[in-house]
Amino acid sequence: MRSKAVFCLRYGILVLAIVFAAAGAAKGEHLEVFQKAVRICLECIGIG
Amino acid sequence: MSRVHRDRMKNKKGAGISFQRKIQLLFAVLVNGYAAGFARGKIFTGKSKAVCVPVLNCYSCPGALGACPIGSLQAVLGGVNSHFPFYVLGLMMLFGVVLGRLVCGLLCPFGLVQDLLHKIPSPKLKVPKKLDRPARYVKYGILLVFVVGLPLFAATDTGVRPPYFCKYICPAGTLGGGIPLLLMNPSLQKLAGALFQWKALVLLVIVAASVLISRPFCRYLCPLGAFYALFNRFSFYQMRLDKGLCIDCKACERACPMAVAVTADIGSGECIRCGKCRSVCPTGAIGSGFSCGVKGSGKPCGK
Repeated sequence: MRSKAVFCLRYGILVLAIVFAAAGAAKGEHLEVFQKAVRICLECIGIG
Repeated sequence: MSRVHRDRMKNKKGAGISFQRKIQLLFAVLVNGYAAGFARGKIFTGKSKAVCVPVLNCYSCPGALGACPIGSLQAVLGGVNSHFPFYVLGLMMLFGVVLGRLVCGLLCPFGLVQDLLHKIPSPKLKVPKKLDRPARYVKYGILLVFVVGLPLFAATDTGVRPPYFCKYICPAGTLGGGIPLLLMNPSLQKLAGALFQWKALVLLVIVAASVLISRPFCRYLCPLGAFYALFNRFSFYQMRLDKGLCIDCKACERACPMAVAVTADIGSGECIRCGKCRSVCPTGAIGSGFSCGVKGSGKPCGK
């Protein structure tokens, strides 16, 4: 019973993760990440 | 004793650099492969920066070829058009459900730094369980408060919602991004003030703690480790214990850098799947690998 639950959870989350990533990419969220990542993040390095 | 286990023990005796260390080094170089960035004091601006890497690796590190998932999550949540972070969360869930905390044990460059620091000869501390157990929940608090809550709701006077975890806590950003950029960039040196001193202090404390305690940042503070820990019990990659072979010698528990009760709870969210328990087990009772079948952690993929 527990094994079946683990199996369902594992594949369910795998599918959900792929759907989320694809939906986000389709909305252009990867460009948002890109814009942040190609500029020096002053807060991240302890300046901003 | 199985042939695989005999080979593993043989390799261990004559080992130079362990398999774990080789992978850690390889991945650290792979995700920070823009060598020119270190020489010029500038960061990489290629298209791969749109993709999150699975590990805590600052995107302002001069060598970084990808984006840090924790930094990206805060950027999306705290951005001008704040919205549900489908892309970043989707990638983090994907890494989590496939690998779990194998990411921490095998791939994370800051995990490697902590492992190397712990090699420095010194008295080693064993954190008492009464302190250790509750302290492990701090990382979940950091994930909820500093990575999600504050970037969502706490705007500064100027209306900006900064990445609070990166700004006030992340030692990987100070080590991989702040220090190299400041060393190579005189204009940034002039801007460094109290905040940089605070972050340098945080890094210093974690460095000192890493010499004495194994993986203190992973155990108590890392929000990415906390996120992946949620997936450890059902991820495709699993550690396995054959109770029929286990002689209860506890060698695995003595070797575990995360102080996991291996024989009682091998699927623990605290296990970083570094494989040290497997390599010290005298009977080969501990195994690991990808599981795909209905039998949960028991059926390896492709069999």
